[in-house]
Amino acid sequence: MSIKQLRDYLAGILLVAGREVREHFRDWRIIVPIIILTLFFPVLMNYTANRLVNFVQQYDAPIIGERLIPFLLMVVGFFPMSISLVIALESFVGEKERLTIEPLLCTPLSDRQLYFGKLLASLTPPLLSSYLGTTVYLFGVIYKVGWRADPMFIIQIFVLATMQALVMVSGAVVISSQTTSVRAANLLASFIIIPIAMLLQAESALMFWGRYTALWWVAVGLFIIAGLLIRSGLAQFRREELLEREMDALNLRWIGRTFWRFFKGEGSSVWNWWRTEVLLSTRKALLPSGLSVLVLFFGGLVGFSQAKEFVLPAEYIQKYWNSGELVNRLAGLQLLPSYTAGVVWFQNLRAIFLASLGGFFTFGVLGMLVLMLPFALIGYFMASLIQVGISPYTFIGAFILPHAIFEVPAILLSGGAILRMGASFAAPARGQTVGEAWLKALSDWAKVMVGLVMPLLLAAALIEMLITPRLALWLISR
Amino acid sequence: MIETEDLSKAFKDFWAVTGVTLRVEAGQVLALLGPNGAGKTTTVRMLTTILRPTRGSARVAGYDILTHPDEVRAAVGVLTEGHGLYPFMSAEEDLDFFARAYRLLPGERKKRIEELLEFFGLAEVRRRQIGQFSKGMRQKLALARALLHKPRVLLLDEPTSAMDPASARLVRDAIRELRSKERTIIVCTHNLSEAEEIADQIAIINHGRIVLKGSPLELKFALQDQARFRIRFAAPLNGHPLSLVEGAKWLGQGKDWLEYQTAQPETVNPLLIQSLTRQGLPILTIEEQVCSLEEVYLHAVEGKLNNVYQTA
Repeated sequence: MSIKQLRDYLAGILLVAGREVREHFRDWRIIVPIIILTLFFPVLMNYTANRLVNFVQQYDAPIIGERLIPFLLMVVGFFPMSISLVIALESFVGEKERLTIEPLLCTPLSDRQLYFGKLLASLTPPLLSSYLGTTVYLFGVIYKVGWRADPMFIIQIFVLATMQALVMVSGAVVISSQTTSVRAANLLASFIIIPIAMLLQAESALMFWGRYTALWWVAVGLFIIAGLLIRSGLAQFRREELLEREMDALNLRWIGRTFWRFFKGEGSSVWNWWRTEVLLSTRKALLPSGLSVLVLFFGGLVGFSQAKEFVLPAEYIQKYWNSGELVNRLAGLQLLPSYTAGVVWFQNLRAIFLASLGGFFTFGVLGMLVLMLPFALIGYFMASLIQVGISPYTFIGAFILPHAIFEVPAILLSGGAILRMGASFAAPARGQTVGEAWLKALSDWAKVMVGLVMPLLLAAALIEMLITPRLALWLISR
Repeated sequence: MIETEDLSKAFKDFWAVTGVTLRVEAGQVLALLGPNGAGKTTTVRMLTTILRPTRGSARVAGYDILTHPDEVRAAVGVLTEGHGLYPFMSAEEDLDFFARAYRLLPGERKKRIEELLEFFGLAEVRRRQIGQFSKGMRQKLALARALLHKPRVLLLDEPTSAMDPASARLVRDAIRELRSKERTIIVCTHNLSEAEEIADQIAIINHGRIVLKGSPLELKFALQDQARFRIRFAAPLNGHPLSLVEGAKWLGQGKDWLEYQTAQPETVNPLLIQSLTRQGLPILTIEEQVCSLEEVYLHAVEGKLNNVYQTA
């Protein structure tokens, strides 16, 4: 792209965004809440902070006040951004309902210019008011309470606010471009509101806990999610499809029929289906499985590193490891007293399905986090054993390795299938509608699950119940 | 020029447009007539590249709608079914926004906006918010927007709907003026007299298919496989017995007139005139009878057309 082309490209984006922003600022229904949340709300929060700080000081608990002021700063920065959701949710579908989208789509502006223009227009007013509100609050606490913030913390709050807005807006624009009415878009907004509400609770907990460094990781995570949402929105946005959808009718018969068509594929018998369809879907999941190796290894490293932070008492480990209690329990095969192979299989499957469900809505991210957990625990126990001078290899060889031969490939394949499903949402194949692309991705995931992961996990559960305890007994009692 | 070949569009299981094959030369105006839901708007949307055909192809202003959509959009001016104006913007701002979107240079942009506002009588209200405009004013502004970049192809969906007679006249005159050697125009309309007045060709679309097309005159003859004539006599017939010549079929008669049809008017008419004169019936006038466009339209959408004239 030459400089002139780039300039024209950006001019198109700014043109779309500029018009929308101007229109937003002429609509009192948008302006009034922005003014209230930008100017009055920070002043109210200043007053609250002042009163609370004075109150907690009476009881000699200044730390509560110290933690409360930054928390309120985050709240003040976040509140104006709730407007961004309203604006972004109706960016495409609102124009469609008002019949103004068609002349816009008929212009030579490209799909990307329209999409980025809308994104920018939805982001700019709430973000500016968030910055303004934060600044008003900051000046207030400096003059009223005498609180001086660490400049790095202020930067962190601004970055966090920007990332939150980016995630909310990019998610809402995806919804807006894929729904047929503002009502449907508002209903689907729960997919943004609920995770963001949970995120805010987590951020609040981190702030009261004083773990400000962790907030940087939150910002990085949000940045990645925003990137994925934008990528997904761009891939799924096609002007030719925007006017095609007239109703958000849920055609279950069509969904069932299409899923079955993709799932069954060319298979004429079960064996034939396994050889052609399952192996083909598995082959597609191989590359993301390679990526999940790295992610799960990273999970193990995280667990390993946390052993220094959360130290298990050495005497407890030594006592348990050397007292023979473990050996006694293993001897009676009571490592997992009330479990059977079926229960273990069911629990593992439940974890995989939970990871898949999480991955379904988060481009695979949450799914990978769930799958990382057991590896983080293994890493953590290995490091804890090393700290007290016990060889981790005995632990690995006795408790992990036998069934891991089947379980780890199953987890890796699941991770691959989940990541691939997430990637399909981010970039659906050309020539398919979004619905078809989603069902195709789901059917690929289902083929890998039914054809390989479930049998592998069954084998792992049988080994875990029948072989692992005996092997562990033999290794530990040597 | 607009050329379509088997242009079709399905929405899931429903075919909104099926096998539309059209050719509109540069300098021509085609009126697309049809009832609500016939497929007019879907056809126009495919030609503007905002709907992708399920089957078939089309070339607009020399560009393929599937392979060169950007070029097609740059060459086409569209007046959409709903005017699609932004209510919080002024007329001038709206035109300026679209002029920029169509990449008009700054000087040209200003001049063009000025010209169009003047032409459509909107110069006085240029800074008023569009939300305060009447329906007719909005329609005129939307038309001005479609003309901003001097498009080679104009697609106008119901251009005079909601307009008072004077404004509608202004728009019809504008369409006639806009017709040039280089420009092709398609007008979707329900207004039959408007179609007759401005179009070189009319295509009647029903249930997604073109059921009839041709010049207005050709369409008027579409219902008839034989020419119809009416003879008016200088004096009342007063029950005078009439005998027609061979090849003329009696259709009806009144106090001082007679109607008949024939497949060979060039031989039958002189003979009949001679015969009637000989019978002592002085002829005042003889004129060919043609159907009204309304009759043709109603027959076409009700599926009662003579097969000879059906195109699809």
